[in-house]
Amino acid sequence: MEYTLLILILPLLSFVILGLVDSKWKPQVAGTIGTAVLSTVAILSYYTAWIYYSTANSGGVYQKIIPFSTEWVRFTDYLHIDLGILLDPISVMMLVVISTVSLMVHVYSLSYMHGEKGFQRYYASLSLFTFSMLGLVLATNIFQMYIFWELVGVSSYLLIGFYYTKPEAVAASKKAFIVTRFADLGFLIGILVLSYYTKTFDFGTLTSGDASVFASTTGVSFMGLSVMSWAMGLIFIGGAGKSAMFPLHIWLPDAMEGPTPVSALIHAATMVVAGVYLVARMFPVYYVYAPDVLHGIAYVGAFTSLFAAVIALVQTDIKRVLAFSTISQIGFMMVALGVSGLGGHHGLGYMASMFHLFTHAMFKALLFLGAGSIIHAVHSNEMGHMGGLRKYMPITHITFLIACLAIAGIPPLSGFFSKDEILSATFEFSPILGGVMTFIAGLTAFYMFRLYYGIFWGTEHKHHHTPHESPFAITLPLIILATVTVFAGFIPFGEFVTNDGAAYHIHLNWTVAITSVVVAVLSIALATIMYRKSSSIPDKLATSFAGMHRAASRRFYIDEVYLFVTRKIIYNGISHPIAWFDRHVIDATMDGFASVTQWTSLRIRKMQSGDVQDYAFMILLGSLIIAGLIIFI
Amino acid sequence: MEAYLIVSLIMFFSGIYGFLSRKSLLMVLISIELILNSADLNFAVFNRYLYPGQLEGFFFTLFTIAISACETAVAIAIVINIYRNLNNVEVDSLNQLKE
Repeated sequence: MEYTLLILILPLLSFVILGLVDSKWKPQVAGTIGTAVLSTVAILSYYTAWIYYSTANSGGVYQKIIPFSTEWVRFTDYLHIDLGILLDPISVMMLVVISTVSLMVHVYSLSYMHGEKGFQRYYASLSLFTFSMLGLVLATNIFQMYIFWELVGVSSYLLIGFYYTKPEAVAASKKAFIVTRFADLGFLIGILVLSYYTKTFDFGTLTSGDASVFASTTGVSFMGLSVMSWAMGLIFIGGAGKSAMFPLHIWLPDAMEGPTPVSALIHAATMVVAGVYLVARMFPVYYVYAPDVLHGIAYVGAFTSLFAAVIALVQTDIKRVLAFSTISQIGFMMVALGVSGLGGHHGLGYMASMFHLFTHAMFKALLFLGAGSIIHAVHSNEMGHMGGLRKYMPITHITFLIACLAIAGIPPLSGFFSKDEILSATFEFSPILGGVMTFIAGLTAFYMFRLYYGIFWGTEHKHHHTPHESPFAITLPLIILATVTVFAGFIPFGEFVTNDGAAYHIHLNWTVAITSVVVAVLSIALATIMYRKSSSIPDKLATSFAGMHRAASRRFYIDEVYLFVTRKIIYNGISHPIAWFDRHVIDATMDGFASVTQWTSLRIRKMQSGDVQDYAFMILLGSLIIAGLIIFI
Repeated sequence: MEAYLIVSLIMFFSGIYGFLSRKSLLMVLISIELILNSADLNFAVFNRYLYPGQLEGFFFTLFTIAISACETAVAIAIVINIYRNLNNVEVDSLNQLKE
């Protein structure tokens, strides 16, 4: 299966051609190259998935296949970084997700980004992103993953800051880069600690269940936690940064300054689930050697999920609502991983998490692309400028409704199945956590339908010109993704992706399913009452819970806390003294060398008189002294 | 032998003194000739007293005389050029090296 290498090489090639070779192609040419390459990659990915799932199953268990691997850097006899391709159920599943969403976004952008300045740069960055994301999921070892992890961060930075003349976009791109980079520091330290004790980077060795790999970690502890907890906890911090877990979530809402298709690709479907993917990749290690961290992941996920859902209730910018909804849904995936066990029925949470990752990628990309289509029509992100759009944009309306129903968890759409699996897994772990997650699912349904009614129903806003349905290149991806969203739930996902590779037959837990559907329907009904027609209930509620409402719409002041910490504490307490030390001690020493040299040379300058006889006299004197020294000493 | 060497020493240091103290380039040149001649004298004297049967010292003297003639010719040419540029041949006015 060496051709899988092409999946990586093609997008890279497209990036090199579009981004580095020649920058003056016609937009149509650049767009066509990008889209054509991505179509090829998508076809190759589907082919790989087809071949993998039909042939790699031996004895009911999916094998790991490494079709290509080469040693890149060798540190010691046993510690070396390889670059290679690893095919296993989750990486192949991610291949399909990434190439599908990326292809949709490429097609969509042909029309959405039409006439933008820097069209080619946009496609070059998209190619770079696709390359790095595919490399991330196909990595054979944790260090290769880290390399692509950083590349993903860079391309996300480039794309968020695409409108680089807008100060908000520049600030958002910097914020995203710095926050995730800060988290990646934890990731790097985690990798170093882990590899120091286990003497390997390789995923296959780490997750093989071979206890001898971890032999040297037993009994080693630091500040009351075992060394494996430290390593895996630090690695999770990297994942939390990319996946926008509390308190590192602050970059994701701001990242919405980027073009909408980029938000759909990077900040909804692929890059932000990299953290989930990382935890899933290392799952056996988490489960066996750092169960405390795994439980911590569940609680962090649950808290983030609740927190983001509450904020999403009151946001008015449609992309921000979707951003917080993304954070909330990633929280669901983290919870599912956190409560999961290893193998068979215990591995339900793991399977559910991957299933939700898959379905969420589809319907959230659909929501974002739908939002892009709406923004394209009304030229605003604010819900207040929309309303009554269902008459003008029928396709966008229907697809958006499907996605809303899917994320709310209404059967038989895909979101229902994956969310139901997560809730069942959570209830088995702890009924309280299960209850909380069900409540969040209700909140999700409520804010999604608040959004839906706010956009497509409600009072019609006066527009400069009548909004109209978007062109075919925009509606086609919407229709395709909507189709996937409708039918993806019927994929027997457990047959393909489980954490021990053996097939698991999904069966609905009816108690949980009925409860969650009832909650979702009630929430939707509530949203319908409050937002379908303009009513005074939302305003009344906002006034009666004024403090709460204000806190939530200011995102619970987390950004302000960050600003306080960075400006007041880090700048004043650390940066300013360091700057002072740099200026007055280090720079001053160097300045001292320079001024002493200058002073000396000014003093001895007069000796160079230019008078030949003086020089000759000096030569004579010198030779006499040397002669004297030789003779008398 | 010492007598010859003393003569040569006097010639050498007169040359050095002249080289350092004379203001005219021509006098400096003549001083250089004095130094060279004292060296020639040394060659001859040492050959005559230390290795009487051999002739290397004398030949070297002849070589040196030829070379010093060439050197003087070049130096005179330089002095003439200096005169053309500066209208004098004073050493003190030749201080543009420092710039």
